[in-house]
Amino acid sequence: MNIAVLQFPGSNCDQDAFHLFGSGLKLPTRFVWHKDTRLGEADLVVLPGGFAYGDYLRCGAIARFSPVMGAVREYAQRGGLVLGICNGFQILCEAGLLPGALIRNSSLEFRCMTCELKVEDAGPAFNPGVLGPRIRLPIGHGEGNFRIDEAGRGKLVANRQVLLRYVDNPNGSLDDIAGVRSEAGNVFGMMPHPDRAFERYHPSCDGLAVARAILAARFPGLIRKIA
Amino acid sequence: MKIKVFVMPKRNVLDPQGVAVGHALESLGLSGLRASRVGKVVELDVDGPDTPQFRAQLDKLCLDLLSNPVIEDYHYEIGGA
Repeated sequence: MNIAVLQFPGSNCDQDAFHLFGSGLKLPTRFVWHKDTRLGEADLVVLPGGFAYGDYLRCGAIARFSPVMGAVREYAQRGGLVLGICNGFQILCEAGLLPGALIRNSSLEFRCMTCELKVEDAGPAFNPGVLGPRIRLPIGHGEGNFRIDEAGRGKLVANRQVLLRYVDNPNGSLDDIAGVRSEAGNVFGMMPHPDRAFERYHPSCDGLAVARAILAARFPGLIRKIA
Repeated sequence: MKIKVFVMPKRNVLDPQGVAVGHALESLGLSGLRASRVGKVVELDVDGPDTPQFRAQLDKLCLDLLSNPVIEDYHYEIGGA
């Protein structure tokens, strides 16, 4: 097992993501710089939160053209596991690896709080049976308002691509959507931070179960070992 | 060649900034406001002629980078010295 955490100029949750997988799950974890054109052997690629390239133009708009993103695209197309957290989710949407887009919060406020989230049935590894019906994870974003057109909205439901919904919508997201997966089921994105929810001093430890559930999408046998 | 690219939120996409700016305009006394939307203008100055090939390249750049077609529309004006 080998976890690759990408670092863009302006990433600021790269260390958090590293520790979620490295210390929280005790898995071999390493950083990959945005200028690298190869990922090497990786079982999961994590795009962390932050403000890549200052979020200039639109969140994630410039990061998606980073040299490393070509390798991420190929890796995802081969079925590799990808997780985007917060800014990482925005980058994956901009790159077209996940459907939809994230716009300014309807309140126009940066929202920083712990959210209660409803777990959706998004497949055998990610569902209320595995994670429980509700989990709590922190958010911290100004642009987490998920938008998608009607056709895309229908596909999300038909293919069970919604991972999490806010119980009390903090940002105006369509249908309270907090996270989605790709149709093929190997690319995951969410605004809430599992990487800020695994230490005893964090507001919740539900991030560990979320990280395990994402790994289990590709490595079902592994889950008991690291549970 | 001077180019102005206008990027606007799509008509059917919520525009929280536009709504907030509209409220502020009304609080400053503007009456009869029907809509207010906030977008971006990108100014470019490019050496070379305005050809169909160039426009095709510009359209692709607008779709790939300057706008996000999921939530935004764009148009551009070419002209001026």
